Formats: sequence, structure tokens, C-alpha cells
Amino acid sequence: MADKNGFFDLSKTTLTRRTALKGLAAGAGLAVAPGFVRYSQAQSSAPIKIGFQSHRTGIGAAYGRWYEKTTAAAVKAINAAGGINGRQIEVIIEDDGTDPGRGAEVVGKFATQHKTDIVFGTLFSHVVIGSAPAAGENKMPYFVVSEGHHVASTKLNRYVFQPGITDVKSQIQSMAPWIAANAGKKVTQIFPDFAFGYDHRDYLPPALKAQGAEVIAQIAIPPTESSFTKYFPQIPPETEVIYHVMVGPAVLTFVKELGEFYGSNLPQLFGFMDSLEATDINSPGLEFLDGSHFWEGSPRYAQADDSAAQKAYRAAVGIDDNGAAVGDPKDVSTASHMFGCWETLYVVKKAMEDAGYKGPEDRAKLVEATEALTAFAEGPEHPQGPKTFNGKIHQCFGIQNISKVEGGKLKVVHKTKIEDGLYEPEGDYTTQAL
Amino acid sequence: MHFGPHLLLAALEGLVTSAVLALTALGLSLVFGVMRVVNVAHGEFFMLGAVLAWAISTAISGHPALGFLAALVIAPLIVGAIALVAERLVLRRLNYNPEATIVATIGMLYIIQQLALSFYGPEARPVEPPFSYRILLPWFGYSGYKLSIIAASALLLIATWLVLTRTRIGLIMRATQYDSETAQAFGIPVDRVYGGVFALGAMLAAIAAVLIVPISQAHYLMGQDPLLLSFIVVIIGGLGSLRGTVVAAVLIGLSDGIISMFFSPTLAKIIATLLVAMVLVFRPQGLFGTASR
Repeated sequence: MADKNGFFDLSKTTLTRRTALKGLAAGAGLAVAPGFVRYSQAQSSAPIKIGFQSHRTGIGAAYGRWYEKTTAAAVKAINAAGGINGRQIEVIIEDDGTDPGRGAEVVGKFATQHKTDIVFGTLFSHVVIGSAPAAGENKMPYFVVSEGHHVASTKLNRYVFQPGITDVKSQIQSMAPWIAANAGKKVTQIFPDFAFGYDHRDYLPPALKAQGAEVIAQIAIPPTESSFTKYFPQIPPETEVIYHVMVGPAVLTFVKELGEFYGSNLPQLFGFMDSLEATDINSPGLEFLDGSHFWEGSPRYAQADDSAAQKAYRAAVGIDDNGAAVGDPKDVSTASHMFGCWETLYVVKKAMEDAGYKGPEDRAKLVEATEALTAFAEGPEHPQGPKTFNGKIHQCFGIQNISKVEGGKLKVVHKTKIEDGLYEPEGDYTTQAL
Repeated sequence: MHFGPHLLLAALEGLVTSAVLALTALGLSLVFGVMRVVNVAHGEFFMLGAVLAWAISTAISGHPALGFLAALVIAPLIVGAIALVAERLVLRRLNYNPEATIVATIGMLYIIQQLALSFYGPEARPVEPPFSYRILLPWFGYSGYKLSIIAASALLLIATWLVLTRTRIGLIMRATQYDSETAQAFGIPVDRVYGGVFALGAMLAAIAAVLIVPISQAHYLMGQDPLLLSFIVVIIGGLGSLRGTVVAAVLIGLSDGIISMFFSPTLAKIIATLLVAMVLVFRPQGLFGTASR
């Protein structure tokens, strides 16, 4: 063999300090590179890798932070109890910037670079809708905690699941009877001008109509709007209830300006807690909310009749009786949604155990095992309440809370039943190929 | 609601927008006029003003007016100092090269924004207004504080105008704007003027933010809209023209208020952007700008 340049002649190569360092650095780089297999004894003891698509930056950042806290608490609890199929869970977090394009990239990164077993997380509907195709292409099970109707609409694909939080259509349907009976019959809707808001726009009118009430005006507000007084003249004077769903940082302004505009003549207010997640309801300007009602997924404030599971969940996540971080009363949680992370992880655990999940080659089995689930009993794994699961539309159904603002706290005044939120499936994911 | 009161409300809302916009855009316009630097980070100085206002007003207990007034004085000073440091460390080293400074200020935008996210957090936090008086009109109620913003902004604009036209500092600034090389030849420390103007521009944005924060909360992404609107105002009004900036701000603010109330906010944005295009085509120097020599 010709070795003209002497590459293989050891006597000619001198190992300088520089090359040695380079080699070391490259080796270290490889070792920390994503996807590097550090577990030589196959997958038996390697952790299950869950890619967490988080809103670390962008308008969803407050949600992202609490989703991470809840996820960390759930993973700690699951790992302490022996993990999944005897394997520990390892969470890898990537920031999606609350942006659909970034979201899809992150899903791709989890699939090809981190080689995670599943992807989990994210809230904002446009990010989920933007990321779902990437999950489908990579055949990557994608468990979202988003509450939009997009998963249950069966417009996404077979790899997308929402087993830990109910969807907007179901929430609206189960609360409409209460609104019509207790708040008023003539409703004006104010909603953000994007996917999540459209769920409210489309599903509230029929739900109220079924109860003998009606939506008399619908006002869409661009999600980046920072001033709202200019929209208020569009609210018809005969309005009895203002139904508001706002997201993003401008909600305080919204409530304050509503108060300034109406003063004591304010119609009844019914809002979605999404408006005020991570916001202290005792903030200056929110006095006008006193006496108004909110939908809550899971109550922010500890209630008198909280179950032991609910108490244990709150302690594990680290929120106090007011729903703020223990030790920092100003750091208010996103309690209405983040419980979904906790519950979703337990669903993943159950499905992986049912499927005898070993590694990425079993992803299809995991999808089928998740679809086979039917109900989750209330308990430490499902502290928000009992749920049913429809494997055809990949969506869970559960109870909703209606809370009243009283003395600077939210008190649950009505709990709906699971049946109140059930509707005819609009399609069937299980007919799609895996 | 009838047409009259409806229009009144639209005009009031528009004027509040104009008042804040005029101050913010004036800062951008000054920096461009004197230094020929397109400051893309201008909106972030606005955001910093609001975030600092929150920090200062929560640190000071007692009547909300105390905290607010302290914020109104201290926040712009801190923002000005930060801008001065940025100018010394970055812009001066680039010799104020127009292309390089655009890229550099884009970098500053991201740095400031991410620092705010790291140290202040992702939440929108409210600042209590110094007073909360609700003006009760026969048709609707309106915040007295909002009206005071219009007055405060008008006073500040007049003060800026007086400084620019009646004082020695203003003369030096105008000389630098007119011809920086000749100004330097006449012994004007152009370098220091640049530092001062950059800080002043940032301070104007910060003041505008402190004024608006009691009605719109401090949030780390709040700098984006003011930046875009400021550019629109400055292009329509003419870069470097104080009068043009104020007129364009009132124009854009009022049309935004009225059009978005009677039609839709999207239409208001479309019209504003269309106006920019028209101005650029038919009067590239802006309504009140002077043609470049």
C-alpha cells in the first residue's frame, strides 16, 4: 500500500499539544452532542427522552415557564416512583418562541437531532397547528396541552394527542347553560383574532342558542392590540353579558378600559381564565372584575373542598393557596392550564406501559396504545378531576369550573359534568395510516 | 352609540396615541437627523423605560403618584445612560457608518430584549397611575389620566422645541445636523454631541413609555409596535424635522383612532402604510423634510 505522505507512519507523526487539545475538544463535543448514545447496555436502562416544546420566549413565555415547572414536578414524581417501564424520564427542552415556524423546526430537531421518544408540551394553538405536520412527517407522537379544538377537529394528524386538557368546543358547550341561566341571554363576544379565538367565535353561538340565549355581537381583536377603548362602541347597548377571551399581555388594559368606559353600568362579565393567567387578579385596575365570573380549567385558588390529590399536586408543583409560587406571591401561576402537563405525562406513562414501549421503533405501538385509552380516574395522576378519552379524536373530556371573583379571590361556584361537554366526533384519526 | 360621541371617543383615543407616538418618533427623528443613524433599537429603549418605571414605582411605597413621578425622572435618566454607553461602545467604534449601525442596532434590540426577558420576566406588569379620575361624559366614561398624557406630551414637545431653537445646546445640535464636518472645524465636539443626541433620543422614548405604562403595562415585547409606528411617522413627517414628526404623529394617531373605530384596525394600518408608500414615491424627503443636499 502506497503511503507517500506518510500518514500511517507513526514515526513521522508527532502529537503536538495543539492536536491533542483539538482531539480532546472534539471528543468532548461529541459526548455532549445531542443524540450521542451514552448508554452502552442498549435501551433497558437508558432514560425515555421526552422533547419538551416550550414557550420560553414570545407572547407565551409566562405559560412556558409554568409549564416547565409543572412538567419538572411531574417528571420528578414519576421518576421517584420508578419511572416508566423501569426507565427514568429525561426531559429535553427547546424554545419554540411561541412561533409556528419555530415550533415546526423544534419538532424536527427533536426527531432528527435529539432523537426523543415523543414530543410534548406547548399551548398556543397556532404553534400546535404549525408543528403538527412536522410531527406527522417524522412519525413522532406529539402530546399537546393546548386546549384548542384543533386536535379534536381531526384536522391535524394521527400523531397529535391532547389527553390532558379539554378543548374549547367542549368547554363552551358545558358552560353555555350556566351562562344563559345565570348571567344573561344577550351576549357580546370579544375574542382574539386567531385560531384560538375562532374556536370561541364558532362554538359559542350554537351552544348558547341551544339554551335560548343568543350572541348579539362578535368583536375580533388583533392579538397585538394594546388599546381597546376604540372597540367598545361596537358593544350593543342591550348587551347583558360580555363574554371575553383575551390572550397576551394587554389583558389588564382591556379590563381597565372596560371599567373606565362603563363605570358602574358594566354588563355582566364572563371571561376565560386564559385572559388572566399568570396575572394577579388584585392588580391595580382589575377592581372592575369583582363579582364577575371566569372559566377555570383547574382552580387557581385553593378551594374548601379540594381533594387530597389536588392538595398533593399543588404542593408538588410549588404553588400556594393563592395559586402563586411558594415564597413569591407576585409570581402567579397559569393554574388553569398547567395541570394538563402533569396529567398528560401520566397518560404518556400509562400508554407506554400498555404498549410495552422500548424505543422509537415502538412509536406506532404507542399511538395505538394511547388511542385505546378510554378513561382516567381522578386521583394523584389526574388531580383536576376524572376524564374520559376518545381515541378516535385524540381528545379527553372532563369537568369545567366556573368561578366568581369575590374579595380578591376566585371561588368555584359551579362545576360542570363530563357529559355536558361531549359532542359528536367530527372525524376519526384511527383510519389514518401509521 | 350616536355618531357625535363615537367620533369624540375615536378622536380622544387617537390623540392619546398621537401624544405618545410624537415623543417616541421625535427621539428616532433626532437621532437620524443629527447622527444619520437608523436606530432599530429605539423601541427597546421605549420598553426599557416602561420596565424601569415598573421597577421604580414598585420599589417606592406610599401614594402611587410618588412612585410614578420618581419613575418619570429616574427611568429616562437610566435609559439615557444605557444609550450613552451603547453609543460609546458600539456606534462610535463603527464610525457611525449607516449600514453597520443598522446591523449593530438590530443586535442591540435583541440584546436589550433578551436581557429584559431574563431579568424582568415574561409577564406584563402594571404600574399604578398617579391618579385615577374617571371623567364622566353623558355617553361614556373616560380616563382622566389619558387626557393628562396628551397635556404632558404637548409640554415635553414644546420644551424640546425650545431647547432645539433657543439654547446653545440646540444650536450646536442643529449645526451638527446641518454639516458635521464644518461644525467640527468650528470647534464643536461633534463626537460628544453624537453621544448626547443618542442618549436624548432614547430618553424621549423612555419618557413616552413611562407616560403610557399606567394604561398599558410593562412587557418585554412592547417595543415592537412603537418602533414600527415611529418609523412610519418619521418617514411621513420627514427625517430630522421636529414639526413634521409632530404633525405626522397627530395624523397617524388620529387616523388610527378614527379609522379603527369606524372600520377596522387592520384598515388603519393598511392606510398608514399606504401613506408611507405614497410619501416615499411623491415626496421622498417627507412632508416637512428638506431635500438632501
